[in-house]
Amino acid sequence: MSLKDKYKNLQGWLAGFSVITLVVSAFALGIIFWGGFNWTMEMTNTEQFCISCHEMEDNVYMEYQNTIHYSNRTGVRATCPDCHVPKEWGHKIVRKIRASNELLHKVLGTINTREKFEANRLELAQHEWARMKKTDSRECRNCHSFDSMDYTAQGRRAYKRHIKAVDDGQTCIDCHKGIAHELPDMHEVDASVVVGQKSK
Amino acid sequence: MKKILLAGTILILGFAGVIPQLLAEEQVNSLRGDHALDENSIEPEMKNWQLDRDPIARDHVKQPPLIPHKTQGYTINLKFNKCMSCHSWTKYKDAGATKISQSHFEDRDNNVMANVAARRYFCTQCHVPQVDAKPLVENTFQPLPTVK
Repeated sequence: MSLKDKYKNLQGWLAGFSVITLVVSAFALGIIFWGGFNWTMEMTNTEQFCISCHEMEDNVYMEYQNTIHYSNRTGVRATCPDCHVPKEWGHKIVRKIRASNELLHKVLGTINTREKFEANRLELAQHEWARMKKTDSRECRNCHSFDSMDYTAQGRRAYKRHIKAVDDGQTCIDCHKGIAHELPDMHEVDASVVVGQKSK
Repeated sequence: MKKILLAGTILILGFAGVIPQLLAEEQVNSLRGDHALDENSIEPEMKNWQLDRDPIARDHVKQPPLIPHKTQGYTINLKFNKCMSCHSWTKYKDAGATKISQSHFEDRDNNVMANVAARRYFCTQCHVPQVDAKPLVENTFQPLPTVK
C-alpha cells in the first residue's frame, strides 16, 4: 500500500466520526498528554526526587539540614527545587534538559563517594555560582527581593551592605555563597578566608 | 545456734529496712531541686543571641574582644573560615568590621606567617558572642583604673 493510499484510508476512517467527536477527543487527548507531561516533570521537582540519589542525600542534603533554609523561626522552608530549578516554564525546561548531564555522571559514578564529591565540590559549586550570577540570582528573588526589603529592620551589618549592594549592582550570590551547603576548599577562590596553605 | 540465727535475722532486717528508713527522714535535695516528683521543674528563661551592636569595651588588658553580633551558622573548618570573610585584612574596610590583629599571624615561635596562624584560626575558641544573661554568681571584679 502506498503512502497516498494510507492517507486516503485514514481520511475514510476519520470521516466515520462527526466533527464534534473529533474535536472533543483531540481536546481530551491534549489534556491527558500535557497533563501527564507536566505531572511527570513536577514529580522530578520535589525534594523526595532529588534525594533519591545517595549522592544528594548523603552530602548536600545533610549539610542543608543545618542551615536557615531548612529550619528557622518562621517555619518557612526552601527545598532543593526552590533554589535550583527556575519557576518560569521556559527556564525550567532549559534547566531540566541541562540536568540530563547529571544523569550521565550518576551512571559514570563521578561523585559516588564522599571523597570524590569533595574533590569535585569546587567545580560543582562554581557552576552553580555562575548560573546564579548569570540570572541575577533569579531563584533567590522568588522569595527575597531588594524591593520588598525593609533595610531599617535589618541588623547593622546587613543594612549597610545591602544598600551598597543595590548601588553597586551586586546580586545575592556575590556575597551569600555556601549558605545552604558547605563551601568547597576556598584556597583557590580567596586565600584570605582559609588558614595557611592548601590542605592536600 | 537458734539464738545466733535469730540475732542474724534481726540484724539483716535492720540493715535492709529499718535503718535506711530512719536515715531517709533527713531530706536530701537532689540537683533537680526541691521539687515533688510529679511537679514540673522550673524552666530556665530562653536566651537569645544579641543582635548587631557597637564593639563591646574590654574589661582587662589583652582580653579577646567579645563578638557584638550573632554567629549562628558561621562555619570555621579547614576549607573556610566565615569570620575571615569580613575580618581579614583584605575585607575589613568593605565590611566595616574590626581588622584581625597582626598578632594572629604569628606561630608559637614568633615566626610571622603570610596568613592566619593555625593556632589562631579557630576564632570562637577565644572570641564569643553574647546573650543578655545575669551572672550566676556575684562578681566584684573591677579593671585597674590605670589600664581601663
